[in-house]
Amino acid sequence: MEFYLYLALFAPLAGSLFAALFGASKKNLIAGVVPSLLLFTSFVSSSILLVYILGGGSPVQVEMMTWMATGDLYIPFGFIVDQVSVTMMMVVTIVSTIVHIYSIGYMDHDKAFNRFFAWLSAFVFSMMVLVMSDNFAGLFIGWEGVGLCSWALIGFWYHKESATWAANEAFIMNRIADLGMLIGIFLVYWNTGTLQYNEAFAVMPSLETDVLVWMGIFLFIGAMGKSAQFPLHTWLADAMEGPTPVSALIHAATMVTAGVYLVVRANPLYDMIPEMGHFIASLGAFVALFAASMALVNRDMKRIIAYSTLSQLGYMFVAAGLGAYWVALFHLMAHAFFKALLFLGAGNVMHAMHDELDPFKMGGLKKVMKWTFIMMTLASVALAGIFPFAGFFSKDLILEVAIIEHNYIIYSVLLFTAGLTAFYSFRLVALIFHGEERYKLFGIHPHEAYKFMLIAMSPLLLLAIIAGSFKMTYFEMVTAVLPATEYHVHSAALYWIMTIGTQVFVLLAIAYAYKKYARNGITVPDGTSKMENRLCYKVLKNQYYIPYFYEEYLVKAYRELSTVFWKQVDLKIVDATVDGIANIFYATGSKTRGMQSGNLSTMLKWMVVGLVAMLSLAVVFGLAVRYSDEIMAILSGLGVQ
Amino acid sequence: MFEAFAFYMFAFLTIAMFYITVTTSQALYALTALAAGMIFISAFFFILGADFLGAIQIVVYSGAVMALYAFGMMFFDTTRSVKEKHGNKLIISGLSILAALLVVVIFAAPLVSTNMEAFYPATEGVGNTQDVGMVLFTKYLVPFEVAAVMLLVAMIAGIVLAGKKMDLSLTLMDEAELAQENATRDEENKKVLS
Amino acid sequence: MEIGLNHYLMLSTILFCIGLVGVMRRKNLLMLFFATEILLNSVNIAFAAISHYYGDLTGQMFAFFVIAIAASEVAVGLGLLVVWHKRHGNIDLDQMSTMKG
Repeated sequence: MEFYLYLALFAPLAGSLFAALFGASKKNLIAGVVPSLLLFTSFVSSSILLVYILGGGSPVQVEMMTWMATGDLYIPFGFIVDQVSVTMMMVVTIVSTIVHIYSIGYMDHDKAFNRFFAWLSAFVFSMMVLVMSDNFAGLFIGWEGVGLCSWALIGFWYHKESATWAANEAFIMNRIADLGMLIGIFLVYWNTGTLQYNEAFAVMPSLETDVLVWMGIFLFIGAMGKSAQFPLHTWLADAMEGPTPVSALIHAATMVTAGVYLVVRANPLYDMIPEMGHFIASLGAFVALFAASMALVNRDMKRIIAYSTLSQLGYMFVAAGLGAYWVALFHLMAHAFFKALLFLGAGNVMHAMHDELDPFKMGGLKKVMKWTFIMMTLASVALAGIFPFAGFFSKDLILEVAIIEHNYIIYSVLLFTAGLTAFYSFRLVALIFHGEERYKLFGIHPHEAYKFMLIAMSPLLLLAIIAGSFKMTYFEMVTAVLPATEYHVHSAALYWIMTIGTQVFVLLAIAYAYKKYARNGITVPDGTSKMENRLCYKVLKNQYYIPYFYEEYLVKAYRELSTVFWKQVDLKIVDATVDGIANIFYATGSKTRGMQSGNLSTMLKWMVVGLVAMLSLAVVFGLAVRYSDEIMAILSGLGVQ
Repeated sequence: MFEAFAFYMFAFLTIAMFYITVTTSQALYALTALAAGMIFISAFFFILGADFLGAIQIVVYSGAVMALYAFGMMFFDTTRSVKEKHGNKLIISGLSILAALLVVVIFAAPLVSTNMEAFYPATEGVGNTQDVGMVLFTKYLVPFEVAAVMLLVAMIAGIVLAGKKMDLSLTLMDEAELAQENATRDEENKKVLS
Repeated sequence: MEIGLNHYLMLSTILFCIGLVGVMRRKNLLMLFFATEILLNSVNIAFAAISHYYGDLTGQMFAFFVIAIAASEVAVGLGLLVVWHKRHGNIDLDQMSTMKG
């Protein structure tokens, strides 16, 4: 079993290194095929491990080698495959393999084809390290690795200014959050003496609540950055500058879920500090509503889907915050499938529309792109949470959790957000695929994506449909390590009212979206309509002016500060000192070069100077020797030994 | 008393002569003053009982060395005074006074050593010259021979440097070249004489 | 009054300093040689004086060799001086600084 662990872990790395060999060469198909194959083997190994764990096997834990063994600190490169990590591994490998195969077609005309696969596989490797590690340090390594790879992939088309800016924004925001995470890890080590999960969590019950609360806060700050919770959320929407497969893999299924994974992993800690959990849940609910509101009016196809991800992440944090860790993980799994499918479908549409992103400029594409239309619609249905698709089981479960925990405010927020989710998802679908073909006004000739890309996307479609049926098997498996609270509403009547009510509400929202956007006669808004000039529209369109706020008051101030430090401190003080030291030598040399004038008379004078110096030394030493006793008496009187 | 009088007189004369040597601008005066100073220094040697040394001083220094300088002076135009751009007087005088003071301090300190013993004590009953001879040819023989070789080398060097046509070797040339040399020399003589 | 070793050493020092002044001051190479002679002579006086007052002949031997060395030095030095004068036409130290820098 260890063999499968190592295979699953290192196959993506091998693929990445292989593709990196071609990094500077022209596009070579093999640089895409081999990583995909290696990733498929990783998927197969993960499946074998899943079967093993499902069959009741004990978690596989290996310690590959020691990283640090200094003093009291012992950190190994250790990996564990238990129920939680095998779930994550399956999600990651399935989505990554599909995205890799899809990318072979999507990046077909891109010059940096090879580099893309190198970074993509490296990302998968980092994510695997993150989920498979058995201590906080390994988690952090994977954390940083995915941050780095996501930076490289968001800024993949680095010639575009906006792409590099977005990449930097993502990386820097993650870094700020990582500071919190590091402090959290330090606190864990300082109070428990170890960074291994099982050992640290075993010690934690004996710690004071204050310490635990701080630990939880700081670790959650790290999760906030990675999973783009408010206020560190602006990078996720801007990260859509990267290629669409990147968005599908990173910003739907894997990297952004790392924060949720962290909270799930640290569930013993968060169980001990329920106030923190409530805060997390409240924040999650707020983010869910916040993101959904911004997606209502957005005119960028990928951004709408990005806000949708943000919103669903809020759902996951609500579940995790309320203690329903297995529910959060389940929603993570289901969400990964249909969100990745949505993004890949959007990629198809983008390619067909020659990188046009405004859905108002599309329309009626269902005639030309039949399969993409089917996939995106079904994915949106799953996202909206319609029975019997995957989203229903996971989202409704979260709503149940909220009700059972008597968090009625959170419940109502989530219910309202579910309606909003359905509305904006189908607004997007309706604008793109239904109605009249507005793209003809812009001279675009769309065509369906390559057959193999569609075939690659189909497993995701299947999983988005049937993942709900995994619930019971999944529950039995994962509650071996997670708290096994079953969430059943008290009375059956309440349960049915809730469920049916939610479904009706969602269906009404879908119908409204279709009515508004799937009709003929929609024009491309150009800033003059009454709707666009309403205040609430403007606020939502500008993302509540938060990016503007960050830019004006944080970024600019920091840049000024940095400039001051550069010009005043670094150049004037540090550089001046270093240069000054060098200049001293140079000046001394220049001045004493005068001694070498070649003039005998001058040299003779210098000779006499040297003679006088030597004579003085002789006199001084002679006097010292002659009066040595008196000198010693004076010095000892002054205190020198 | 006699000794003190002699010492002070000769001291005054020597200092005066050497002072003239270093300060005058006329080369001939400097040369003459130097020669006089040498003689007066030999007087000191005689006062100190170093007869041989005194005689050597007169013969070698005032005789040979000064004659050498005089011959050297023939190459230069001695009628006009030597134009010199003098350096900073302050530095020069300052440095020398400082050096003088320091040396005086060093010497004037009571460096009395009670157990100094002579390596080559003066033998009783013999004159200074005999004494010097005894020590020179026994204990200091090797330096003596080396000094002799050095003087030989210096002599040859002086001849080669200063002589005319010193790059030719008459013994190594064969008949034809010798005849050519003679012819050239006769022509030059004719030119000079006519 | 008794003339002691110190008197002779003082005299030697004064002559030495006069020699130093000449060495530093003179710009004509020939004059420089004269000053060098003064230096050597002053040292000879010191040697002879010490030799006399300690009853040791070593001082006189040393002075003897100094005279020999000085003689050969003068010979070679004057030879070089003559050659330089032939080539350059002057023996001014200030114009002799070809080893500048």
